[in-house]
Amino acid sequence: MSNHTSLYTVSDNVRRRNAVEKRFRFYGLTAIAIGIVALIVLLSSVLSNGSGAFQQTYVTLSVHLPADKLDKQGNRDPEEMKSVSTFGYSPLIRDAVVARADELGWVMPEGMKPKDMGALISKEAAAQLRNFVLANPEVVGTTIEIEMLANGRVDGYMKGRVDREFALLDSNIDVEQLDLVDLLIEGGNLEKRFNWAFLTSPDASGQRPEAAGLGVAILGSAYMMLVVLFLALPIGVAASIYLEEFAPTNKWTDLIEVNISNLAAVPSIVFGILGLAIFINFAGLPQSAPIVGGLVLTLMTLPTIIIATRASLKSVPPSIRDAALGVGASKMQAVFHHVLPLAAPGILTGTIIGLAQALGETAPLLLIGMVAFVKEYPSMPPEGFFDPASALPVQVFNWTQRADAGFVERASGAIIVLLVFLIIMNAVAVLLRRRFERRW
Amino acid sequence: MNDMRIAERATSVTESKISAKGVQVYYGDTHAIKDVDVEIDDKTVTAFIGPSGCGKSTFLRTLNRMNDTIDICRVQGDILLDGENIYDPKVDPVQLRAKVGMVFQKPNPFPKSIYDNVAYGPRIHGLAKNKADLDDIVEKSLRRGAIWDEVKDRLDAPGTGLSGGQQQRLCIARAVATEPEVLLMDEPCSALDPIATAQVEELIDDLRTKFSVVIVTHSMQQAARVSQKTAFFHLGNLVEFGETGQIFTNPIDPRTEAYITGRIG
Ligand SMILES: Nc1ncnc2c1ncn2[C@@H]1O[C@H](COP(=O)(O)OP(=O)(O)OP(=O)(O)O)[C@@H](O)[C@H]1O
Ligand SMILES: [Mg+2]
Repeated sequence: MSNHTSLYTVSDNVRRRNAVEKRFRFYGLTAIAIGIVALIVLLSSVLSNGSGAFQQTYVTLSVHLPADKLDKQGNRDPEEMKSVSTFGYSPLIRDAVVARADELGWVMPEGMKPKDMGALISKEAAAQLRNFVLANPEVVGTTIEIEMLANGRVDGYMKGRVDREFALLDSNIDVEQLDLVDLLIEGGNLEKRFNWAFLTSPDASGQRPEAAGLGVAILGSAYMMLVVLFLALPIGVAASIYLEEFAPTNKWTDLIEVNISNLAAVPSIVFGILGLAIFINFAGLPQSAPIVGGLVLTLMTLPTIIIATRASLKSVPPSIRDAALGVGASKMQAVFHHVLPLAAPGILTGTIIGLAQALGETAPLLLIGMVAFVKEYPSMPPEGFFDPASALPVQVFNWTQRADAGFVERASGAIIVLLVFLIIMNAVAVLLRRRFERRW
Repeated sequence: MNDMRIAERATSVTESKISAKGVQVYYGDTHAIKDVDVEIDDKTVTAFIGPSGCGKSTFLRTLNRMNDTIDICRVQGDILLDGENIYDPKVDPVQLRAKVGMVFQKPNPFPKSIYDNVAYGPRIHGLAKNKADLDDIVEKSLRRGAIWDEVKDRLDAPGTGLSGGQQQRLCIARAVATEPEVLLMDEPCSALDPIATAQVEELIDDLRTKFSVVIVTHSMQQAARVSQKTAFFHLGNLVEFGETGQIFTNPIDPRTEAYITGRIG
């Protein structure tokens, strides 16, 4: 170069390049910021809508259990006492509310009937009381202190979802009833507690959001994950090892390879149709059963696991295989003694990501009948795999379809539970990877 | 290093160990080895020399069938080990590789402990009856690899944590641990400093008393120092094969002379 340029003056070319770089960084930061804001909005809306589901209002009342109504034979035999249905119990609860209101000096407003006072307690309570009495027949004839679920509207009032303005428009609750609730709160009969029942109890019908829980859905999802884990992991890993280490490269393996990639992109609902046609209509497996759901999700998860496993097998340096073969190991020994241990972290991560995907999958489960209303817990595996069950994401879908506003809260709560499970699974994936990763 | 001393060692034992006849190797359509005949003697060091890409590694790998792992590779012709054709359909390459060990160009220890690196071969071949036996084999092999003194206090340390030269000697120890009859070495010293190279060369000379050694090298000096026989490859052909002394002092083919004197390569 003839004319000397100083290093202290930045040339035009370099300045332009730096400007481009600065802009690019800015775009990147903006993209990340947008992502984070979206995540925060999503999480805070789910949390604010759903946190209520983890709290539940309970009413504690003294209920008199008259022997002449509940045990006409007088022998305290639960088998015979079963003839009294929940309709026999709800008047007892109503009377208990009325009695407590009287004690607290309640003046019955015009137009209010004892029935309206009993309506503050969940319809589910009669069944709870009946179950309690059948389990403890000796309490018949006495008066017991018992804790019962409050009605969904009362629960909403306690959580701020329902107020007097709302009650004016709502046919299920009126202002006088809320006055009575205030009185009972003063009397110490109402209490809000952590809602374990949300995690353990089964679903409830459309009028009783306060009683609905995720117990059956969690069990169903867990059973399906078991099926997926025990089918997809061995099949997927075996298939990948064969394809990656043993299969010759020819037209057939190319075809298989392309098809596996294609399968990973097939919409999940297609797997649902396949499951319906093959597992239910052809193989005759029961509808709504975790085994069918598990099989469908296995089909869906397999491509994910195979792709992840093959990628991690590929990333093991070929020199390791040469080394093993060079000292006289068979191909099988080379793979199982040397390649697989090095690929394990990747395989585990792929499997857990596949499982997490399967856990959140809804569409194929709708098609195989997992959307049915299930109130009975499935039994223990292996029989339980064939019992009807629900699944977490389907339960969310199910609850958002229902009219009562209480279910919106439940659905958001279920989303939180689902997210917690997903976070746990991803954390396990990270931990396992750390644990097995040997950077030597 | 202008050390062109020729190994003046007696090559009295001239019993043939491996004899290759009319070997052709193809990678797909590429003809990588063209009609090569070689006799590799027992208890002798044979050096393969030649310019890059001439097929030295390819030919070396046909001797223990490591080429089987390359899908597109086809081998024709006969390679006899003690009179038995190693490409016979009845031959299991695994059994062959236990007899014909290999040290690769790039050190490739297993990502396991130093002990396990060496013990792996004997374990899978059932060479040790018990732990003490295995300990013996490991120690003996590491001594033969001229690395025992450096690692004896940290046999549990990862083999990949050693320096490049130490790793290569570990790989040699691993290869000799299975008591092979032939040891193939593909540029074993390309990653080593002169001191480690000298150690490895000494080791090769030592191994000669028990095994037949085939070594690929780019260093004329090394070939001259350690080998008794030398084969010169060029563009897939075996141009000249004979006593190392003769090849380096009195090559018959002009191409050999040109290569040795640095005019092609
Ligand atoms: N896996 C392979 N697939 C296709 N062609 C190959 C493969 N390995 C080697 N070749 C070709 O075979 C020829 C011989 O290669 P080879 O590795 O044997 O050479 P080399 O003599 O060992 O060279 P260098 O001294 O550089 O190691 C080369 O032309 C190379 O391109
Ligand atoms: Mg080579």
